[in-house]
Amino acid sequence: MDQGNAGSAPGTARRQVLKCMVWAGTGVLWTVSGGVPRSLRLGGEAFAATGGDFNFVQISDSHLGFNKDPNPDSSATLQQALAEIGRLPQRPAMVLHTGDVTHLSKPEQFDTAAQILKTANLDTHFVPGEHDVLVDDGKPFFERFGTAGSTGGWYSFDQGGVHFVGLVNVLNLRPGGLGYLGTPQIEWLEADLKGRSASTPIVVFSHMPMWSVYPEWGWGTDDAAQALSYLKRFGSVTVLNGHIHQVLQKVEGNVAFHTARSTSFPQAAPGDPVGPGPWKVPADRLKSMLGIREITLVPGKDSLALVEQPLGA
Amino acid sequence: MVPRRRRAGVALALLLCAPLARAAAPGAVAIDNFSFGPASLTVAVGTRVTWTNHDDDPHTVVSAAATPVFKSAALDTDETYAFVFTEKGIYKYFCSIHPRMQGTVIVE
Repeated sequence: MDQGNAGSAPGTARRQVLKCMVWAGTGVLWTVSGGVPRSLRLGGEAFAATGGDFNFVQISDSHLGFNKDPNPDSSATLQQALAEIGRLPQRPAMVLHTGDVTHLSKPEQFDTAAQILKTANLDTHFVPGEHDVLVDDGKPFFERFGTAGSTGGWYSFDQGGVHFVGLVNVLNLRPGGLGYLGTPQIEWLEADLKGRSASTPIVVFSHMPMWSVYPEWGWGTDDAAQALSYLKRFGSVTVLNGHIHQVLQKVEGNVAFHTARSTSFPQAAPGDPVGPGPWKVPADRLKSMLGIREITLVPGKDSLALVEQPLGA
Repeated sequence: MVPRRRRAGVALALLLCAPLARAAAPGAVAIDNFSFGPASLTVAVGTRVTWTNHDDDPHTVVSAAATPVFKSAALDTDETYAFVFTEKGIYKYFCSIHPRMQGTVIVE
């Protein structure tokens, strides 16, 4: 077994940098304006979506069927996440689920997920995680959660003045590689964005991070750079991902990247000695490391506001 | 220089250990903490190689050849997959869920 790179000096340096990027507080709000996020403490000058602004919610990595340490009941924590959505001051217009709906792509896991998610009574848009496409290249997932008329699983739609793009980067993964979009999807994206006004706020969502968070653990997407090249001309681009079960963010020009918490179990910070599997945190800490994210468009301000809502203290 | 007596001891230990190790695991690959161990396994033609997933995350064992020679379903915790290698060759494989995980079986 060769784990030689894990403890090397470059890896350690990278870890320090990434640790600086970690934001793991409770009730902090990000305002994305002109591509530069600014954090505000809730309760102070923080913005809250109560004035009829367009808002939506991101949930991720519900891993239905996972029942080991640290979470014996992933159904219960997904239900709690939906309850948190129900408690938001303003009912969201819709929900984005950024993948790993199930743990093992089993029919009963898809069924349970569909039944639980239905109780939120909210329009929900999905992209698959690698755990959702373990059977038949994701056919069972796309049959339940796919978008009609989409070939390949990717799609876009407009809502609340925002152009949403759902990408699939968990299929046809190549030996030694990371997440993968593939040429047909990238060409589709180029055509989809062509002719749109640069002032249209864009939200891109996919499962695996669209930037190299930590390639040693496969946390990135091989051909993300080409896809992102078509987004550079837009004034406000927000990229929402899951997969790494923790909140990390990065800004590149007008593009802000945000990874989300899971509703099932946390994963450790990049490069942490515990490795990339489910992080066996103590039971009394679990809920504070799971969560949902509310995103709000503030009309006239050309800004998106992100609020991270953990499932417990 | 290694003292003569110690060299003899090392040689004896190798003699004792080698057959023992082979008897314990003729063709076994363990999946631990997102890696295949051993990363490279050498076996004789006709050997049945068994992979066992010890992680809490599912993994797969998929031949990296253009036309895959073998391909497992997703292995949950403690599940196994076995393949009998009937031809000599170098067989590279990976986990199609976590493609950074790679291994090789050399069949002699």
